[in-house]
Amino acid sequence: MLKIKDLHANVEGKEILRGINLEVKAGEVHAIMGPNGSGKSTLASVIAGNDNFEVTQGSVELEGEDLEDVSPEERAHKGVFLSFQYPVEIPGVSVTNFMKTAINESRKAKGLEDMPAKDMLKLIREKSELLEIDRKFLSRSLNEGFSGGEKKRNEIFQMAMLEPKVAILDETDSGLDIDALRIVASGVNKLKSKDNAVILITHYQRLLEYIVPDFVHVLHNGKIVKSGGKELALELEEKGYDWLKQETAV
Amino acid sequence: MAYTEEELKKELETKEYEYGFYTDIESDTFPIGLNEEIVIAISKKKEEPEWMTQWRLEAFRVWESMEEPNWANVHYDKPDFQNISYYSAPKSADPNKTLDDVDPDLLEMYRKLGISVDEQKKLQNVAVDIVVDSVSVATTFKKTLAEKGIIFMPISEAIKEHPELVKKYMGTVVPQKDNFYAALNSAVFTDGSFCYIPKGVRCPMELSTYFRINQAGTGQFERTLLIADEDSYVSYLEGCTAPSRDENQLHAAVVELIALDGAEIKYSTVQNWFPGNKEGKGGVYNFVTKRAICEKNAKVSWTQVETGSAVTWKYPSCILKGDNSIGEFYSIAVTNNYQQADTGTKMIHLGKNTKSTIISKGISAGKSQNSYRGLVQVNSRADGARNFSQCDSLLMGNECGAHTFPYIEAKNKTAMIEHEATTSKIGEDQIFYCNQRGIDTEKAIALIVNGFSKEVLNKLPMEFAVEAQKLLEISLEGSVG
Repeated sequence: MLKIKDLHANVEGKEILRGINLEVKAGEVHAIMGPNGSGKSTLASVIAGNDNFEVTQGSVELEGEDLEDVSPEERAHKGVFLSFQYPVEIPGVSVTNFMKTAINESRKAKGLEDMPAKDMLKLIREKSELLEIDRKFLSRSLNEGFSGGEKKRNEIFQMAMLEPKVAILDETDSGLDIDALRIVASGVNKLKSKDNAVILITHYQRLLEYIVPDFVHVLHNGKIVKSGGKELALELEEKGYDWLKQETAV
Repeated sequence: MAYTEEELKKELETKEYEYGFYTDIESDTFPIGLNEEIVIAISKKKEEPEWMTQWRLEAFRVWESMEEPNWANVHYDKPDFQNISYYSAPKSADPNKTLDDVDPDLLEMYRKLGISVDEQKKLQNVAVDIVVDSVSVATTFKKTLAEKGIIFMPISEAIKEHPELVKKYMGTVVPQKDNFYAALNSAVFTDGSFCYIPKGVRCPMELSTYFRINQAGTGQFERTLLIADEDSYVSYLEGCTAPSRDENQLHAAVVELIALDGAEIKYSTVQNWFPGNKEGKGGVYNFVTKRAICEKNAKVSWTQVETGSAVTWKYPSCILKGDNSIGEFYSIAVTNNYQQADTGTKMIHLGKNTKSTIISKGISAGKSQNSYRGLVQVNSRADGARNFSQCDSLLMGNECGAHTFPYIEAKNKTAMIEHEATTSKIGEDQIFYCNQRGIDTEKAIALIVNGFSKEVLNKLPMEFAVEAQKLLEISLEGSVG
């Protein structure tokens, strides 16, 4: 589904990604772990098409299509979703209005009519129940005055609404208390299917207790230095990243 | 790929004025220039009574001795008042015609503007008095309104049919000598709307006027007089668009609102006159005097969405004369390219326990300058006066400017005056967030701007709010930084 080949990327002239290779197939959950500054969030931004990052080498393919010249919104239409680490506030725009616009823009790109209001309401009801979201929350301005947990839950709500093929969750667990984490994880698990894929970016093993990955990759200095099954996460938790840094330095 | 500032700027520059077309209608135009003879000729053309002619001449004589104001934060070449034709009427205009008889070219013009007469007819509960250049072309719903005793007609007709009302109220809120442009308007106004709501009557429909300038090189000087008698209510909508023109066109309107004891007036404006091209050439000079007087327990709300004109100079104001009267001002002003706007309000508290609210949203893009200028004045006798002002500015790019000039004069110790102001910029991170959800940059800007303007958009009547949102999108297409 998603194929990353020898990906190099710069930000402000500084190389952050130094040759990433990763293949994510439909139905799989991949976790990407690594210390601060290893390039995890950069990888997420590059996949989503943020042009503050310059791809200098390599490629990102979605279902066989090279995404190089594909705009961020077109990537979204094709099924790429990024749950932001720091979701931005848009004052005066309600969550509902934002989602309505996003869904209808995607439909327009596919040559479809706007979703009828009745269907939209049904979808909102269904997905907000899935994430145990209070309906009042949906009429508030997007992320304005939201707590850290509310912001993250709202990101996953959007993911549920947009039903992406590849969802990248960038540190979705940070800022969540244990109850919120459980709700978010259970939401993600319910959204998982054999037709979509999830990439979890995280510091900690904690999230992986709730969303069990098929593969774990460790990113260090812009490269994947180790890949393995879910047990790799536990090993990291136990030994810390220094262990890996030493191992890869050898 | 997401937009860079450079790319966005380029796209912004290629944006042409949506309504920049010109409809060829034969018109009857006066020679250029202004003197007493022209003033008399206008009055004659309108078949006005002698008192009106004299009133105009008084104004003209005052105007001659006045100078154009220079205090506003706008810079432009002063119009040559002797190089303007002061009267232009479409030849096909005839007030007795029904809408179906209207010149097909005119109807086509409205269709292009998206405010076709056909469409308007379908808008239930909207009575429309259309002003094309200087003469009202058609008035609808007159009969329905007449049953309630409501008078809604071109002011030129009102002068003849209801001289007692016109005589009693015209110039009482905005005197002839009030300011340079008001004096000019008083001398040469050609048409406009007149409205009278009798005691205790709630006007059952939104009253609406569309103004536009069509003939090249003509100024438009319309005059609106709205009287809401005791305990009456009316909501009035005014919309403006003008076709694209190379030379600057002058627009100097006067609007007077009179809210008698317990009356309520809602006055909403959407202004989309030609803003000039991307080099700042052409565009309408919009120098407007709008003022309301509120008697005891009366309430006046001004709501405006200003997206057009090259230069705007406009301060819809309220004189809160009666005790417990309320004044409100809700404004969205958008400037792009080389547009300049200096707009705001004046709230003059004279009566006891008078209240005023000011919400101003300025949006600047391109190389434009957007100023809020407001005066809150509390008179020594205005015990318990309260004001709340909020001025928010949204900037796009690094070449535009937003300015706030709040003036507060409180002469009464019991006055409570609050002023809040914010300035923000549309962030690249906001745009990228929207992009990532499948919303392209233009739509994202529209969404963010609409969110920013929401408090004011919510004050507009429903059908107008939709039009206003569309207008915000058109005005800012492709602009961000």
